[in-house]
Amino acid sequence: MAVIQVQRKTLTLVERAYLPQIFGGMLTTIKHFLRPAETMEYPEERPAIPPGYRGVPTLVMDPHGREKCVSCQLCEFVCPPKAIRIVPGSVAAGAGVDHVEKAPQAFDIDMLRCIYCGLCEEVCPEEAIVLQTQYSTSGYSRAELVNHKDRLYELGGTLPDKHFKWDVKKAAEERAGGRH
Amino acid sequence: MIQPATSDLITVTIDGREVSVPKGTNMIEAARRVGVDVPHYCYHSKLSVVGNCRMCLVETGMPAVDPATKAPVIDPATGKQRVNWGPRPAIACATNAMPGLHVRTTSPLVKDCREGVMEFLLVNHPLDCPICDQAGECKLQEQSAGYGRGYSRYIEQKNVKPKRTLLGPRVMLDDERCILCSRCIRFCKEIAKDDVLGFTDRGSYTTLTCYPGRRLEGNYSLNTVDICPVGALTSTDFRFKMRVWFLKQTPSIDAESSAGANTLLWSREGVVYRITPRQNDAVNDTWMADSGRALYKAIRGDGRLDCARVNGAESALDLAVKAAAELLLRGGAAVVGSGRSSVEEQFLTRKLAVALKAKAWLVSRVGEGDRILVSADRNPNVRGALVTGLVDALPSGRLDALGALIDSGSVTSVVSMGEDLAAAGLSAAQLARVSVIYLGTHANATSAAAKVVISTLTVFEKHGTFINQQFRIQRFARAVPGPAGATDDLVALSRLLGAVGRPIATADVGALWTAIASEVPALAMMSYGNIPDTGLQVDGTPWAGLPFAEGPGLHYSPAAPAGKEASRG
Repeated sequence: MAVIQVQRKTLTLVERAYLPQIFGGMLTTIKHFLRPAETMEYPEERPAIPPGYRGVPTLVMDPHGREKCVSCQLCEFVCPPKAIRIVPGSVAAGAGVDHVEKAPQAFDIDMLRCIYCGLCEEVCPEEAIVLQTQYSTSGYSRAELVNHKDRLYELGGTLPDKHFKWDVKKAAEERAGGRH
Repeated sequence: MIQPATSDLITVTIDGREVSVPKGTNMIEAARRVGVDVPHYCYHSKLSVVGNCRMCLVETGMPAVDPATKAPVIDPATGKQRVNWGPRPAIACATNAMPGLHVRTTSPLVKDCREGVMEFLLVNHPLDCPICDQAGECKLQEQSAGYGRGYSRYIEQKNVKPKRTLLGPRVMLDDERCILCSRCIRFCKEIAKDDVLGFTDRGSYTTLTCYPGRRLEGNYSLNTVDICPVGALTSTDFRFKMRVWFLKQTPSIDAESSAGANTLLWSREGVVYRITPRQNDAVNDTWMADSGRALYKAIRGDGRLDCARVNGAESALDLAVKAAAELLLRGGAAVVGSGRSSVEEQFLTRKLAVALKAKAWLVSRVGEGDRILVSADRNPNVRGALVTGLVDALPSGRLDALGALIDSGSVTSVVSMGEDLAAAGLSAAQLARVSVIYLGTHANATSAAAKVVISTLTVFEKHGTFINQQFRIQRFARAVPGPAGATDDLVALSRLLGAVGRPIATADVGALWTAIASEVPALAMMSYGNIPDTGLQVDGTPWAGLPFAEGPGLHYSPAAPAGKEASRG
């Protein structure tokens, strides 16, 4: 194999002085100092969440503080990674909201399985499960990362409700009086 | 199935397709034969026709003939006889086959009819589908997808009716959902012969109720829940437990009596949620008793044995089998088989009895038959024991003869296939004198007294066959796995056979049938795979003279010398 000898380029005086390069570099640094910052100081500083963001799925209550979920299990059915488990139960007669009839006994969402696809929110006929703005989930064990019913309501809080379906139903019942 | 040639066949034309049906067949059934589904709510193939839901409206017509000459009128366009279509639609359920009848089920008029009927049915129907137990198997939901309007034109107040009326201990009524088809009323009147239901009030206030002072509490009340086309009648046991689309269906057999009703087990992830009847026109039509639907609770019931035990201490299966074999090989063994075991288990039990040169016993359980689907013989498979040769005479309810042998000292060890020997008449002292080897599912006095206990599977956890009162062999399949420490009865028996020196090649139910077919004359030519889902008739003539306990029931009448008169309730 032939060997090609390459001659090193001889530097000019200005180049050998290094000063123009040093000042050029410092100019770039100063420019970046003066520009507005591209990053933010997470976690002290939090980004603004755009509307329609799909965060951690949560259960929400209606403005009267009643649970909206009727444990129809459609989210459990539609969930692609099978992250949702529901144990349905009936609302005891005489509980004040007994015209609701059905509510979940247990509602677990395994956040290690959840892929934040939002199908549960889309399928929910009662608008009870909502992917809200929380995006950060951490824990020290697998069990900790399963959100149980109380935690889901804690995360979800109360959302405005347009329908008040059960109130409408109860009002109709009272209007009818004893005569059905 | 090949239809026998009869002169009673009538040819009708449904949507341009000709089909021959027996005289008296209605248009819903005739359409079913050509694969055309005519939607209906009130019609049920096993009940009388009332025609009050109007959903099955179809167009009917007759071939045109010249009024004067009676000559067929030929349509010049097609070259075929013209059809005179009726001016109004007719309900298919009450229209019986007539020679030459033409039916249209897909015409615009029929579609309009269905949409109109659906709109009226949905006027007062609540939007309960998310919480309704019927959702997923609801006819109204199904048809509203095809013929529903999608929005409501109804601007008045919807009717409000009671949502949870208990009609009986097992049936709850949601009045708002009821579409007044009257199937439940007809079932109680015609099949259960317990006429307790009826409608009161008029128009859209019509309500289903029990007659004053009566409740829907017969042993067949849950069939009304099965036939309810909507979610008006729900089972209090299954209500709000699980949505039906999660449940896997496994064909099984009702093991509560020798009637052998065909059932479906509905399970999810190893848990059975409900038992419903499966249609078998030769055995149970589409019905079953409520008592048979509660049997699944035994799977997770108290006292379930979950490991093998030797002298009360937990043990591995191998050691338990070895200990059992040592006890049995000392001589003086007796085998108590069971009328609750499957045919395959009884076949292996007989092999065990032969290997031990022991006499095989059986315990009978006789109650009162209800003349429908709970027969007097509460063992599902006594005829299996006769057919496989485990026993050659009908068993008695008590094992007094075995007790006498124990007292005399000639029997020193007893294998029990899940039978409670104490309940069958052996005293505690007698049980203490012998070494009991107990293969069973639940703890009882016998398992407590047993030297060796091998925990086995319930009928829901294994494959097998039963032979019912009609000598009909019917398969049941495994719906859920057994508990961790339990052994399949066939495996336990084959291990015992191996340990006493008569090993058999396989404990697999399918492979075992090769041996059964070659050794049991009545079951020759059969294999586990070729028994259809609705069962296969076994020739029972060799046992026809035996005084069986069963009285008459649905699709069953006992041979001339009826057994116990007690069953005639």
